[in-house]
Amino acid sequence: MRLITHNMLKCHVKNCTDPDKQFPLRFKDAKLEQIEAERNDEFLVRMLPRIEWAALATTANELGIELPKEVPANPADDDAFLQGLHTAIMEMHVKEGSMLCKGCGHEYKIAKGIPNMLLAEHEI
Amino acid sequence: MKLKQLEGYLGDVAAFRDPKIQLEQYPTTAHLASRVLYTAETAYGDIAGKAVVDLGCGCGMLSVAAAMMGAGCVTGVDVDSDALEIAQENIDAFEIQDTVELVHASLCGAADGGGLALDQRFVERMRARFDTAVLNPPFGTKPGNKGIDVLFLQAACAMATGAVYSLHKSSTREYLVKKAASWGFRCEVLAELRFDVPMMYRFHKKKSVDIEVDLLRLTPVAAAAA
Repeated sequence: MRLITHNMLKCHVKNCTDPDKQFPLRFKDAKLEQIEAERNDEFLVRMLPRIEWAALATTANELGIELPKEVPANPADDDAFLQGLHTAIMEMHVKEGSMLCKGCGHEYKIAKGIPNMLLAEHEI
Repeated sequence: MKLKQLEGYLGDVAAFRDPKIQLEQYPTTAHLASRVLYTAETAYGDIAGKAVVDLGCGCGMLSVAAAMMGAGCVTGVDVDSDALEIAQENIDAFEIQDTVELVHASLCGAADGGGLALDQRFVERMRARFDTAVLNPPFGTKPGNKGIDVLFLQAACAMATGAVYSLHKSSTREYLVKKAASWGFRCEVLAELRFDVPMMYRFHKKKSVDIEVDLLRLTPVAAAAA
């Protein structure tokens, strides 16, 4: 799983309702692997408005991946920014570990790069 | 890439080892997948450089096909860990780890009044994150699965801002066109195809059965007017 996907996953346990704590999920014992990918600037710029930036920047920094706290004024012309964004959302994969909800504490495990978002029946 | 070429490559995508009847796991054939993704790209430009989601991805046939057609990123979602294991093997074999990701999740849960409902809490943050959705959802013909085809389609419409490509039994066409309209989507039938369901389960008496399916393309009405 990459951070572009992590950025759209939130805790969906039934009684967990505080929007500020359900998202973003916090990584625990994350094992990272970088898989090289071809950089596509047009794609990156198009994805930018769909990304919850504060959540992405916080999460990336927690994993030791550098991203600025805020998107620069002209991201399309900022080569260093685009390279950082590309690495953070397209190349870094979390292969093992888990994601914790800051609200209810639910743990979503990641195995072989695949996050398990399934809940037990009583949690849905 | 030519259509025949794509279909040829997709012939190497591994299918279910032990298909689960309750999940209506019929394999998406290379023939079908190549036509869906080839059309989506060559006729509409909906795949190359786009963010694509594949709901009920199973062994990843449509995801692999999307990657082969140049998708910017592909997210495959499925409820079955065995299917996802095979999907990951396919991703590794095709060396498309830089494009395709998998998520183990259920789009639906039990509804309060019985039956199934969309897990809105899960879908919420995936809303409008993708350009294109491709899916071969369960037909919703098994007990307990009633309406699941519509729920998958609804989730796809919520996630994709551009277009949704989905395979459905032709017999449900009229109903789905109405449903799509109620969500603010236009629904056109791109092709009538035959879904060759081989004898996989004990209740199948014939060697293989052809099921008539529609390839649907759904687009938001507002975007089409803009």
